Amino acid sequence: MDNQAIYDRLTEIFHDVFDDDSIVVTPELTASDIDEWDSLTHIRLVVSIERSFHLKFSAAEVGRLKNVGEFVELIRMKAAA
Amino acid sequence: MSNSLFTQMAWLPPAPSGFAAQCKAEVPAQESLGRHFQALAAHALDENNLIKLAKTIRKARDAGKSLAPLTPFRLGIISNATSHFLLPALEATAARHGIALECIEADFDQVMQEALSPESTINRAQLDAVLIAVDYRGLPLKTSAGDGDTAKASVVAALTHLNMVRNGLKRNGKTICIIQNIARPVEALFGGLDAVLPGTLRSLIDDINRGIAESILDTEDLLFDVAHLAETVGLADWHDATMWNMAKVPFASVFLPLYVDHVCRLVAAMRGKSRRCLILDLDNTVWGGVIGDDGLEGIVIGQGDATGEAHLAVQRTALNLRDRGVVLAVSSKNTDEVARGPFRNHPEMLLREEHIAVFQANWNDKATNITAIAKELALGLDAMVFLDDNPVERNLIRQMLPQVAVPELPADPALYARTLLAAGYFESITFSVEDKQRAGFYQDNARRVALQSQAGDMDAYLQSLDMVMTVQRFDETGRSRIAQLINKSNQYNLTTRRYTEVEVADIENDADCFALQIRLADVFGDNGMISVVICRHELDSWHIDTWLMSCRVLGRKVEHAVLDVLCQQAQRRGITQLIGIYIPTDRNALVEDHYAGLGFMPVDAPDDGSTVWQLPIDNVANSALPMAVRCIALDPLAEGVAHAS
Repeated sequence: MDNQAIYDRLTEIFHDVFDDDSIVVTPELTASDIDEWDSLTHIRLVVSIERSFHLKFSAAEVGRLKNVGEFVELIRMKAAA
Repeated sequence: MSNSLFTQMAWLPPAPSGFAAQCKAEVPAQESLGRHFQALAAHALDENNLIKLAKTIRKARDAGKSLAPLTPFRLGIISNATSHFLLPALEATAARHGIALECIEADFDQVMQEALSPESTINRAQLDAVLIAVDYRGLPLKTSAGDGDTAKASVVAALTHLNMVRNGLKRNGKTICIIQNIARPVEALFGGLDAVLPGTLRSLIDDINRGIAESILDTEDLLFDVAHLAETVGLADWHDATMWNMAKVPFASVFLPLYVDHVCRLVAAMRGKSRRCLILDLDNTVWGGVIGDDGLEGIVIGQGDATGEAHLAVQRTALNLRDRGVVLAVSSKNTDEVARGPFRNHPEMLLREEHIAVFQANWNDKATNITAIAKELALGLDAMVFLDDNPVERNLIRQMLPQVAVPELPADPALYARTLLAAGYFESITFSVEDKQRAGFYQDNARRVALQSQAGDMDAYLQSLDMVMTVQRFDETGRSRIAQLINKSNQYNLTTRRYTEVEVADIENDADCFALQIRLADVFGDNGMISVVICRHELDSWHIDTWLMSCRVLGRKVEHAVLDVLCQQAQRRGITQLIGIYIPTDRNALVEDHYAGLGFMPVDAPDDGSTVWQLPIDNVANSALPMAVRCIALDPLAEGVAHAS
């Protein structure tokens, strides 16, 4: 799966999870950029991504992530595995 | 596979693609906000969609708007786990069940403190009920494999703990408790022995669950049987260790919509909103096959046949529900006498006329019939559940009578009974002697009731089906299906003339025959070939030798569209009139007025009971049709595509 396809699908998921179609998903995006991105919404985001990509993340994998770019890298690696 | 019934809540129609926009859309002032939210909540919604709907509901409430006719309810939640994510899901789901729910949450893992302190958030909140959502990680459980005495003490300690919480809430908050029992963890220590030895985690939880159940009986508190729910969907899926470790989420969040739906069923039952009447379709729901076409010997019901047993399970479920007070009714597109036949004369039928309070078998639309049933039983439409295998009928009722619950059904009738029960329409919080007798109070020997005028705007509904009718002449591809329809159709069949496949081939090649096969597709899919017409050319007339149609597409104006095509084609061929004949049988009373309804004039009524009809071609005006009509190679000169809509 190429990066563009992942970003496209992530955009849909972000719009769904945060109920905000104006969010632009970039590699630099972090939780501090979106008001509603608190710890519970984070869980919902992770679960929504897991469901959409048919993947399962460990707590450590999710805990390490610093921004969306790293999340995309994680998805790419796991999807390829 | 069958698990998706529960995870997807497949008895609910899926959320429409523009759901987020629908949540945000302005509601016209004259429309009831409560009903609007209830309609949005009637879809299968995942967590993200539930949050969107909850936001909209909260906004309306915060603005002081009335949510009537939803019934207000205040629910407290105390839990040893993260419960914050339950709140919006509960509030949105409650609208599905007719409740305007407000949730008040205790602080994380403060179960005992909240219950015992009169000044706690929960106890000061004047709640209608409190959900005690404690799982095995929130109980003082001491395992002691093989040590019966210690095991007993541990069970008593856990039950005492829960009772202290309950009593604290009752004393301080004057509220009703909804107590969740314990979903067993997946991990077994010994294996089979876990269930044998006292004091294993498994044995302790089994004993505690029994103890909780016993402590509920004869109190006004309620049991939320989470143990059963978790087992139904699978414990391995239910318990998500990663999510617990990360955020103390007590079960896999994919089950959140299902979990909150079960809580809301209990809340709705407390407010008398459980449904009370099950309305059954007959053909391919109560039995396999079509009674009007297949006859008493042809329908499939009873032991020894997989399909027959599936439909038998539907009947058994209906009877079991009746035994606990649910009233049964029938709504079927059939001739009354024909529809009652199996109830009276089929030895394998479990359902009998005496079980059915109102029996509506006629050719009117089902919305009109269901309205009549509700009126006759003096029950609201919101007390009704309608079970029908046909997606078009289901959708019609959802659009025309949105208060009626209409479960989606899977293709396999083996899952009908399970799907009906999975939806929890008849959730009940008490059971009394009167309940056992209640269905009998409504009994009046399967009476019929007179119909008022047609319900709702049928034309708008038919338009919404996006029907496409395809008309073509007989050909080799269609031959065997044409022969099948000719030999099987009894009800919508004007002459009931039977032809073999060879004879059908002859008609195909006969220059004096104009014979059509007609297919119909709609938003729900392709219905396949649903009508056959054979005209024989004599002088300047077409004599309609055969006109038949599948009853599945009754009331969709297919016959009008077919007549339009016939007239067009007749005109192009210099034909001046159509001659139709109706030959009555004991099955086809349905089409007695077929030709009259299409504007034919009666010209003859021979002694054999048949009637002959005539329609001059020149003064036929095209009717407005709720469908597109595709004609394939009908034109005598060239292939053409006509649109009659």
